[in-house]
Amino acid sequence: MSDTIIEFRNVSKHFGSLKVLDEVDLNIYKGEVIVLVGPSGSGKSTLLRCINGLEKITGGDLIVNGRSVLGGNDVTREIRQEAGMVFQQFNLFPQMTALQNVAFGPQQVRGLSRREARALAEELLDKVGLAEKANHEPAELSGGQQQRVAIARALAIKPKVMLFDEPTSALDPELKQEVLNVMRDLAAEGMTMVVVTHEMNFAKQVGTRLIFMEHGTIAVDGNPIEVIDHPPNQRMMEFLQRVE
Amino acid sequence: MEVNWLVILDFIPQLLKGAQVTVHITVVGLLGGVVLGAIAGLMRAYGNVLVNSIAFVYIEVIRGTPIVVQVMFLYFALPVLASIRIDPMTTAIMAIVINAGAYIAEIVRGAVLSISKGLTEAGLAIGLPRWKVIVYIVGPLAFRRLIPPMGNQFIVSLKDTSLFIVIGVGELTRTGQEIMAANFRAVEIWSAVAVMYLIMTGLLSLGLRIIEKRMRIL
Repeated sequence: MSDTIIEFRNVSKHFGSLKVLDEVDLNIYKGEVIVLVGPSGSGKSTLLRCINGLEKITGGDLIVNGRSVLGGNDVTREIRQEAGMVFQQFNLFPQMTALQNVAFGPQQVRGLSRREARALAEELLDKVGLAEKANHEPAELSGGQQQRVAIARALAIKPKVMLFDEPTSALDPELKQEVLNVMRDLAAEGMTMVVVTHEMNFAKQVGTRLIFMEHGTIAVDGNPIEVIDHPPNQRMMEFLQRVE
Repeated sequence: MEVNWLVILDFIPQLLKGAQVTVHITVVGLLGGVVLGAIAGLMRAYGNVLVNSIAFVYIEVIRGTPIVVQVMFLYFALPVLASIRIDPMTTAIMAIVINAGAYIAEIVRGAVLSISKGLTEAGLAIGLPRWKVIVYIVGPLAFRRLIPPMGNQFIVSLKDTSLFIVIGVGELTRTGQEIMAANFRAVEIWSAVAVMYLIMTGLLSLGLRIIEKRMRIL
């Protein structure tokens, strides 16, 4: 059996009296590309954000790369260095160029020298097809380009897992593809990925496993092609009709 | 009495000395006010309940009372309460520090909170400790947004120094008052005093506008 990299043990998350995650059990193995889908408010983004501690779990335990997210600030920081995140709104640092955005993490977090960090950043920008935009500021880039820089920024800290929180939802249809292509390449290299998305084609082509969430629980967990073509329950069927 | 503008010339050296005191109180007071305000503002933005409450009470008490009352309290009430006696000049500077600090705290808090939460999360998500996120990411962005309202507060504080007439600090307004009391040249002297304030506030806005222009707000 492959190695577990993320393990949800009976995880709950409350916002006040609202229960967003309800005793979730889930094992994610190295090399998997998990596609998380579900209606809004089903808890999929929260589930993702619990992995790197942007949301604190309120029940159960969550192990990432052998460390519990309950381990305190230092452990949380270590976990974040193993789990890169890409946001819906890109969130590039606007005062820095594309290159500086990517180089910042390795320099500040991994202790690389300025020169090493820049070399790494150049390499990663090249990988996402933006070598020629290195000295542009985020405001000068299209949404799709910004998101590709954001992916490079997350990769620069050499994470073991990549978390994507609706990475193409803020993009115009014609710009989604360039981001999905970068993600496809990443998956092909064997990167473990957890992706919250509504892109069912991506799920079918790239995903190794699809999780459909509902009311803070995992309602469906299976092979993406099978469960998308033959939804095992009524709610998922209705959901798929709405997103397609 | 006829208005005779040439009278002003005789009193320019004296008025300049008053203006110098005004500038001194303003500069030292605002330096302290910026430090105090930055601390209180960050306490409000990032502090836990206790730290936040302390800053909140300070800000509300100062914003909710007139600066003249604060000056009177420092100068006349504090000696009674705590047997601390401070000279008028120190009182004046302290009053500006404490008063401007409260308003600057709100300016700093507003600027920090105006920076998208997503940027903080992006910083945290690459494994940065919170202080680095504040210093390298939120801070530089908030700083740019801080300058216009900060400039406003600097001008208010400069003019507030005229209130120290009540405790006998020889700043510009007090100087004008003294000259006036001796020669009753109200029109000429108060015009001259007003123009000198305008020159000081004008230079201040000019300086701030230059800084603002050199820094793009992102």
